[in-house]
Amino acid sequence: MASLSLTVNGEKKTLDVDPDTPLLWVLRDHLEMTGTKFGCGRGLCGSCVVLSDDAPIRSCITPVGLVNGKSILTIEGLSSTRDHPVQKAWISEEVPQCGYCQSGQIMSAVALLKRVPHPTDAEINQAMGDVLCRCGTYQRIRRAIHQAAEAGGGQ
Amino acid sequence: MTLPMTRRGFIVITAGVGTGLVLGAYAYRTGWLKRLFSKSDPAADFSPATWIRIGKDGSVTITVAKSEMGQGIRTALPMIVAEELDADWASVRVEQALADVKYGSMSTGGSTSVRTSWEKLRKAGAAARAMLLTAAAQRWNVPPSECRTEYGTVVHSPTGRILQYGELAEEAASFPVPQNPPLKNPAEFRIIGRRIPRTDTPDKVDGHAAFGIDSRVEGMFFASVARCPVFGGTVASYDDSKARTMPGVYRIVQIDRGIAVAAKTTWQSFEARDALTVKWNDGPSASLTSRDISTMLATFATKEGAVAETRGDVEHALSGAAKRLSATFEVPFLAHATMEPMNCTAHVRKDSCEIWVPTQNAQAVQRTAAALTGLPLEQVIVHTTLLGGGFGRRSETDFVEEAVQTSRAIGAPVQVVWTREDDLQHDFYRPVSLHKLSAGLDAGGRPVAFTHRVVAPSIGAQNAPDRYTNGLDRGSVEGATEMPYDIPNVLIDYVMAQTPVPIGYWRSVFPSQTVFALESFIDELAHAAGADAFEFRRSMMDSSPKMKRVLELAADKAGWGTPPPRGKFRGIAFSPPAFFHTPVAQVAEVSVGRDGAIRVHRVVSAIDCGIAVNPTGVEAQMESGIAYGMTAALKGKITIDRGRVVQSNFDDYPLLTIGEMPAIETHIVPSTDPPTGTGEPGLPAVAPAIANAVFAATGKRLRTLPLSL
Ligand code: FES
Ligand code: FES
Repeated sequence: MASLSLTVNGEKKTLDVDPDTPLLWVLRDHLEMTGTKFGCGRGLCGSCVVLSDDAPIRSCITPVGLVNGKSILTIEGLSSTRDHPVQKAWISEEVPQCGYCQSGQIMSAVALLKRVPHPTDAEINQAMGDVLCRCGTYQRIRRAIHQAAEAGGGQ
Repeated sequence: MTLPMTRRGFIVITAGVGTGLVLGAYAYRTGWLKRLFSKSDPAADFSPATWIRIGKDGSVTITVAKSEMGQGIRTALPMIVAEELDADWASVRVEQALADVKYGSMSTGGSTSVRTSWEKLRKAGAAARAMLLTAAAQRWNVPPSECRTEYGTVVHSPTGRILQYGELAEEAASFPVPQNPPLKNPAEFRIIGRRIPRTDTPDKVDGHAAFGIDSRVEGMFFASVARCPVFGGTVASYDDSKARTMPGVYRIVQIDRGIAVAAKTTWQSFEARDALTVKWNDGPSASLTSRDISTMLATFATKEGAVAETRGDVEHALSGAAKRLSATFEVPFLAHATMEPMNCTAHVRKDSCEIWVPTQNAQAVQRTAAALTGLPLEQVIVHTTLLGGGFGRRSETDFVEEAVQTSRAIGAPVQVVWTREDDLQHDFYRPVSLHKLSAGLDAGGRPVAFTHRVVAPSIGAQNAPDRYTNGLDRGSVEGATEMPYDIPNVLIDYVMAQTPVPIGYWRSVFPSQTVFALESFIDELAHAAGADAFEFRRSMMDSSPKMKRVLELAADKAGWGTPPPRGKFRGIAFSPPAFFHTPVAQVAEVSVGRDGAIRVHRVVSAIDCGIAVNPTGVEAQMESGIAYGMTAALKGKITIDRGRVVQSNFDDYPLLTIGEMPAIETHIVPSTDPPTGTGEPGLPAVAPAIANAVFAATGKRLRTLPLSL
């Protein structure tokens, strides 16, 4: 056990936890923030994507010790009123089906728009290519990303 | 207005929590519905009280008894009720039903939910509306015929007086339930048929949507189960001395399906499970391979089949045919790979059991837990959470058994969580199958004889062997039988070929196999006849005008007959109504790279699903079915080696990605017929449409899934 501290959605958290524990399980089981999802546990599906200092990381393969002192943004921290441009676009395009992959999709899209405010289709394929959706909501994800970009989602 | 008032519902008024009064609380008992997909019994449960609560504030709470797994059922079913109730959609709240027989079958699968709920939910809404209207008429002391309802109010037409439903609920609840309330004419619909936004979207964009895996109960543990990797194997012995010392570990117990490790966190339970040493009795399947199974299918294909459908004299017609063709197709086992891994949270106490589970069949969960604990059914409370995908996998109850047994053994609430590896290696797989087809064409190129032999393990016989002693499982030939084509001599038969690999329902399970073979072969016949693939099909659909229209619509919208974009090739396929009652035709536009890579650029679909309750929902289901079908067409394959599944995660069981998603266009045939299923029918035609386009591009016939050049 070690005492770690990280900022999650703007709130400082101090944790006594094995630094090898993946960030995903720290979020879900220690901090009881279940918005970030477990899909594969091996960095292959993207359901667990969160932002660490604005960069998308796969929390299932990120030992919490590695993000000690970092600032983490999860789906719960995006906006308390669902009015982040990406969320708004997601709602207006009715992207989610089962919804399970969508936290990872949304956080990956947020990260993409921060880096590339107006991504091309090819840039979307590149950035979102390994964020899997078994329900096949991809066509809507693409439209929503373009819509969020128009609305200034990268700011 | 006079209404026949027969069955007097035991309408009672209960104080709702903060929402005023509750309209009724009567439960009609329907008895156990044994079949997985039981027919709905509209007479049994249209009581408005089962489905509708109206608060003093005018809020309308509609109970949904089917599981939301992405198909939008928490939107479509409330729309049906609200329509006949004449509710104001803005005041509608949706509530998930606890498992209870009073709802009729809660089983969610087979694309049946809207189709089988349609009549009973309309009647429930209409009955409640009639009761509210009568209440207003009495209050005003006017004839009901002078009153009308709109947007959650009753209006007295001559005077324009208005009463809100919320003001009338208490009185209305005291009236008898009209048995046959008048239903609207589809032309009067103002909610059904509209693009109403899904009720579950907002919670799915901010992390609040609660899936099974998100269930949190005071004092709970998380458990991971070590299962024998070989199908049918059992625990011989195990050593947990190391695992027990791992951090967070609470208890390690043996249950029917293996060794359960309960710990404080999910991660700790995974880690401790990996530290177990288990000796397995692999059992008789220890050396089974996919090759053995393929060989068996090929051998069985020469056996005599059980006849599923026959007309005319196939042998005679074949021998007299100008041209004879035959071909063999094969498809592999497939996993469901729902994005949310299997999980179940259970709390077994001495006199009760409470379960939170993403399930497609809450009543089966309830029965399973009751049987395991010996508790009466009423003492098993089952909360259906949101499902992170279902596709048939969550119609099973294996993960429920694990959670109930573990909770019971450790005396605490527990959430059993599967890893992705557990999920891919312990599924109930979409069956493998082999298809032998043959046909004869006359001198004019018209098919005069057609045979389709399906060789496959039977899900039905796996689950209830004594029901299939004649060797025929009609499920296994679904999609092969009732062909939409007018061919005079037909023989469809089936050879049952059981294997030790557990099999189960899967999105469009049978047509996903039979239609691939059928529609690929029809394309081969068209080619042999020198005919256009669309015209060839169309010329055989004279006795199925509804299906013909669907085929024509797809061809028309896809620009069939016009040259495709440079480097792209088209293929067409038709998916018969089958179990979902919904015909779909699809045209795929495909290119083939120099490396043999198959790329699908565009899929145009036409669907006749009766009334499209929510057109956006229908389109979303088509997109989803096509994506699921494309994963099966281009990537999916579960292989067996040494009695176990080889694949373990998304690196060796890949799914379609965003860059591979084609542009999808869905065209819905306008209709006033009752709605039919849409969850599955988008899938079966995808693989043959792609395969047929690949033939157009390369001249090669691909007869095995996944398609590969
Ligand atoms: S759960 Fe982290 S990438 Fe799949
Ligand atoms: S919405 Fe179901 S997995 Fe993406």
